[in-house]
Amino acid sequence: MGFLAIASVAMAQNQEMTLVKKGKYTPLYGRDSVQVKVMSFLLDTIPVTKGKFLEFVKKNPKWQKSQVKTIFADDHYLSDWKDDTHLNPEAKQNEPVTNVSWFVAKDYCKCQGKRLPTIDEWEYAAMADKTTPDARKKESYNQYILDWYERPKIPHQQVGSTFKNYWGVYDLHGLVWEWTADFNSVMITSESRSGGQNKNLFCSAAAVGATDLMNYAAFMRYAFRSSVRGNYDVNNLGFRCAKDIKN
Amino acid sequence: MNYFKIIFLGGLLTMFSCNNNTEKKTETLADNTVAKVSENSIISENDKISDLSIYNLPSQWTSQDGNTIKMEDLKGKVLAMVMIYTSCKAACPRLVADMRNIEKQIPEDKKDDVEYVFVSIDPKTDTPERLKAFAKENKMEDEKWLFLRGTKEDTREFAAVLAVNYKQISPMDFSHSNIISVFNQKGEMVNQQEGLGVDNKETVQTIIDLAR
Repeated sequence: MGFLAIASVAMAQNQEMTLVKKGKYTPLYGRDSVQVKVMSFLLDTIPVTKGKFLEFVKKNPKWQKSQVKTIFADDHYLSDWKDDTHLNPEAKQNEPVTNVSWFVAKDYCKCQGKRLPTIDEWEYAAMADKTTPDARKKESYNQYILDWYERPKIPHQQVGSTFKNYWGVYDLHGLVWEWTADFNSVMITSESRSGGQNKNLFCSAAAVGATDLMNYAAFMRYAFRSSVRGNYDVNNLGFRCAKDIKN
Repeated sequence: MNYFKIIFLGGLLTMFSCNNNTEKKTETLADNTVAKVSENSIISENDKISDLSIYNLPSQWTSQDGNTIKMEDLKGKVLAMVMIYTSCKAACPRLVADMRNIEKQIPEDKKDDVEYVFVSIDPKTDTPERLKAFAKENKMEDEKWLFLRGTKEDTREFAAVLAVNYKQISPMDFSHSNIISVFNQKGEMVNQQEGLGVDNKETVQTIIDLAR
């Protein structure tokens, strides 16, 4: 009982995580377009909030917007904040933090004893709808995602406001886009789809192609990942953290 | 129960890793003191690391000779950098040839001011021994050819800085962008050329303009 009490204190300080159980899936762009094995891992149930991120920058002045180095975050970094340690008056603590770079997202997770999820982990967890771990074949699932992609960002939408998926994870679709650890592993140019002429850009370029052209929504995410750089700060791009399971 | 344990351990870790902050604060203070001291001397401007410099990266790398270096150790040189892996059969030999070709076009009196850096995207395979052998094979044993390998995570981070994308697509092969980046003596990126065997005039001219 005493242990549980301590555990709940720790929980109050930390973002709740949920277990995503291991499995296989075929990613849009995979190793030779084969199935990828994803090991069991823990994932934050919600994206990192502005409130949590504020606590973080207060403790880590090097990540405050007047202090941050351009190589790690461009000039859109936290551009919607009032100043170094204050949110905009209209902003809520429970909104997902956005306008954050990959470098800061990575450091935030590290500071929590966590890490960013890999693309494979993120995509694997995000295949789930409310009731099934892999809903990609369902028309309703894809339509929901594409409808969201077409909709402009709703200001001040809070975390946990979209559906809770099979694994107990909220907001993978419908709130903000999210950074992944290996966002810069996406190799997309025209030839990824057409096997076209630009092959001299990549080693083994022909080996990388779309394995699931139907999955337009996933293609959008991969295209987005390939279009950003590590120090970019985008107003609909946030993040959440993941963690290995240690025995 | 196990689940709680994980969370609890996570909590401990957090307390542990975030406690560095007090340390970081003193570090910042120390930095300020240094800055103040150097303001009084003449060197101040040249010694400051700019916001865009790769010298800001804390990562450590191992060279083909087994030396441990940080990017900051390359301060003062013009850098031509590329990311490769030694077991690559297609694009990398051409990238190596491109680097050699660039080096050839730099005038004698400026050659000493330029360092050519190859960063491995396959640190697991590319041990210092392997990098050394690769340098030898390619007759790049002079000091100006530097081959580096880091941790998987630091390599991913360095690629993010260079805007190089790469992915392991089989145990032996990687897809990767072919980009040669030029950095000035302050570690700021000034030029990138993308593609293989492309016209390197601009890259060469950038290096010549920067080198002393």
